[in-house]
Amino acid sequence: MHSFGYRANAVLTFAVTILAVICTIASISDNFNSASPTAEVQVSNINWFQKQPNGDDVVGLTLNISADLQSLFTWNTKQVFVFLAAEYETQQNSLNQVSLWDGIIPAKEHAKFVIQTTNKYHFTDQGSNLRGKEFNLTLHWHVMPKTGKMSADKIVMTGYRLPDRYR
Amino acid sequence: MGLFEETMESIKSLPIRDFLTQAINFGMIVVSALMIYRSLMIITGSESPVVVVLSGSMEPGFARGDILLLHMNKDRIRAGDIVVFKVNRREIPIVHRVIQVHERRDTGVVDVLTKGDNNPGDDRPFYAHRQLWLQQNHIVGRAVGFVPYLGWATILLNENPVIKYILIGTLGCVIIFTKD
Repeated sequence: MHSFGYRANAVLTFAVTILAVICTIASISDNFNSASPTAEVQVSNINWFQKQPNGDDVVGLTLNISADLQSLFTWNTKQVFVFLAAEYETQQNSLNQVSLWDGIIPAKEHAKFVIQTTNKYHFTDQGSNLRGKEFNLTLHWHVMPKTGKMSADKIVMTGYRLPDRYR
Repeated sequence: MGLFEETMESIKSLPIRDFLTQAINFGMIVVSALMIYRSLMIITGSESPVVVVLSGSMEPGFARGDILLLHMNKDRIRAGDIVVFKVNRREIPIVHRVIQVHERRDTGVVDVLTKGDNNPGDDRPFYAHRQLWLQQNHIVGRAVGFVPYLGWATILLNENPVIKYILIGTLGCVIIFTKD
């Protein structure tokens, strides 16, 4: 009845249950954090703008990104993944999202930043629709918890426009 | 007397009712595990509701051995989603992040490009020959939750089949031969 096996089993089951409950509570506690991040992005230069041999437009830009994402961090946050995407419509596509830059923020101390960067990934269209195209820049973030539910949100910035000619 | 005969003796010496009870208990454990997994499949709408991360390509977000909970709903796939996808020639599903989305106006077909957070380039080298985009049918699910370390057991078992057989054997014996 009270063999070693039984006791070991009971202790283990209890320990795992408690661990699961604590993890769940940690994940739920994230809901009480109300985040108010801010971001601002400027396109400081269009470095090049061409049509690739396969017919797709491709753009190289320089971006000034400043953001304050400190309020996203809670005690259950492992990291925040942040990326900037160009979003626009074309005749063929009702939505195009092209990630231009991304970064991993490991801690709250690094969550307020100002950087100047060229696009890390090619700004490539599906086709040749980018001349004179108006687009939005959206800063997305993805909060990865130490355990539990992941969450994501974004800030949309409007009013960007590509030049009318290749250069 | 050899080990085999001893084992047979101990099985014969068990009264038949005890043996049946044990068999039913064993069956109950297996069936309830199966039921839980199937229910999860229905609730999440994904054919594999739980996956174990097998590579370090999403470090430091997801490490090897972490478990992801997947969900598959009607929401369209968008940039930033972490999706689990299978490409035709590969058996093992890959967990990576969507970095490009192009959604057709007329048909609603979504072309998706993925990349691992920790990889230098996008996933086109992993796709089938000449495949440029993933479509909805390649995608098994979208990661919504995360439990660290829990998947290490399965990685150990899969990479060392010997441990697996020893473990299954011992568990089976314990369940059949313990009287309570």
